[in-house]
Amino acid sequence: MNKRAILAIVNKDLKVVAQNKGVVIPIIVIPLILFVIFPWAMMFGPALANDSLGNTQSLESQIGQLMITMPAALQNEFAGHSITQKMSIFLLVYGLAPMFLIIPLMVSSVLAADSFAGEKERKTLEALLYSPITDRELFIAKLLGPWSASVVIGLISFLLYVVMVDLAGWIEMKELLLPNWMWITLVLWVSPAVAGLGLVVMVFVSARAQGFQDAYQTGGMVVLPVLALMVGQMTGVMFFTVEFVLILGLALWMLLITWLWQASKRFQREQLMPKG
Amino acid sequence: MKLPVIQISNLTRRFGENVAVNNLSLDVEPGEIFGFLGHNGAGKTTTVRLLNGVYQPSSGAMRVLGLDPQMDGPALRAQTGVLTETPCLDERLSALDNLTYCANLFSLPQSEVKSRVHQLLTEFELADRAGEKVSGFSKGMKQSLALARALIHRPKVLFLDEPTSSLDPVAARHVNDLIERLTLSEGCTVFLCTHNLIEAQRLCNRVAVMEHGRLKALGTPAELTRKYIKRLNVELETDEGQENHALQILQEYPKLVLSAPALEKGVIKITVSGRDVIPQLLSSLVQAGISVYRLAPQEVNLEEVYFAVNGGLQ
Repeated sequence: MNKRAILAIVNKDLKVVAQNKGVVIPIIVIPLILFVIFPWAMMFGPALANDSLGNTQSLESQIGQLMITMPAALQNEFAGHSITQKMSIFLLVYGLAPMFLIIPLMVSSVLAADSFAGEKERKTLEALLYSPITDRELFIAKLLGPWSASVVIGLISFLLYVVMVDLAGWIEMKELLLPNWMWITLVLWVSPAVAGLGLVVMVFVSARAQGFQDAYQTGGMVVLPVLALMVGQMTGVMFFTVEFVLILGLALWMLLITWLWQASKRFQREQLMPKG
Repeated sequence: MKLPVIQISNLTRRFGENVAVNNLSLDVEPGEIFGFLGHNGAGKTTTVRLLNGVYQPSSGAMRVLGLDPQMDGPALRAQTGVLTETPCLDERLSALDNLTYCANLFSLPQSEVKSRVHQLLTEFELADRAGEKVSGFSKGMKQSLALARALIHRPKVLFLDEPTSSLDPVAARHVNDLIERLTLSEGCTVFLCTHNLIEAQRLCNRVAVMEHGRLKALGTPAELTRKYIKRLNVELETDEGQENHALQILQEYPKLVLSAPALEKGVIKITVSGRDVIPQLLSSLVQAGISVYRLAPQEVNLEEVYFAVNGGLQ
């Protein structure tokens, strides 16, 4: 394995992508909105809304209905809190968990779109194909950069989120709400698998796409399963418990390994060569 | 006897119904600058991609530096350099970064990277702007940098795909000078794809002419001239009083002299059926007592040969 060449490609790709505002801005802004601004809005929003509208009873009945569907362990966690606190804890500790998966998915797919379709568009890929690396090394190198970046950005987003949620939780109820085992499992076990799946999808979209925008728009559909998880969680169809997250991660890793194995077998540098 | 650097035997590559390279066979000898001529769509770029193991052939065999591009692609590409038609540089990076990246990609010894990059930047007159982003470079500078990149690992075979097609004449001349100078100093074999026939004539030892993926002609420019050029303009200077006599003699050979000889400013101009008839005409003139001061066949350029091969102008 030509590690030096792989590392050279990873470094170069990340260096180039860091100069693309169209890529960097969403990677910074979306985690900031989701994991810095959103937690505070969730913590203090319901209380402010109740104070101004005075509809505590309606909120209480909604939360009550949702709690009936929750596993017993979760119901215990909510015990001893006011309705608005229950609402905030539910949204911040559980509700937003599926949404977290948007981060690795978004980062990996946007970077992969730039790395494959973007390079094809900028006509820089052809020179790389004439280098002495093998098809497999090229495949690994092109995936490794976006994957490692998305895992790191996921971790940073999580740390930011923990700080913001705990700050808000401490101010509102003198409690540190995060991290818990479910989130740790989600970030360290599920998130890297999701990042990998986003990449594999984007690699194949990019091989057929004409450019970065084309690839990114087509590949944007990879967020749909995450939105389904989000809806499921919010409507009480499922709950992100540690067990659920472990099983979800296992299923995603198995899917990823199967896809990667098939993709690496089918991957040929010829597919990346611009026509002509 | 040295083995050919490139050996191609019955090579074919199809893209669906389209046959991009059709039953191609040729050899390229060590150290030569080999011209691969043809207009757009002739199969030149596809051949370069096949020879570097980027494309897989549909049928046929090839060896480059004794290696099979299909089986030994990485080992082969470590010894070849390719300058593509567009420079393929990362324009968001500096010239220095582009070359350093490439040096690492080709696993140049770590201790050598800095000096080799610096050497090439100096040689290609880019040292002053090494730290600037390539996006601000002129086309000629970009192509020079791309050529420097292709040479970073001191390749044994250099593939140049239309190296000057997008350049103005001055920049093209500069790049051609670099090719000539560097191939001499680095001692590598050059496979030059071009439709610039003046460039090919100036640089190439031998040329192959391609049309629609098929090899139409192969040889040195002189060999191809002999084979394909059937009309040759010749200028003749004789003693001042003997011009009319010379014209009469020439008119006696209608099969050899294809146009009526014309006298212009003391020089007789004729068109003959080929280079091989010149000795016979000279002999006849001398035997008739004509003092021949100069008998000069007009230099045939590769462009005329190219069109003759392709059944064009001739």
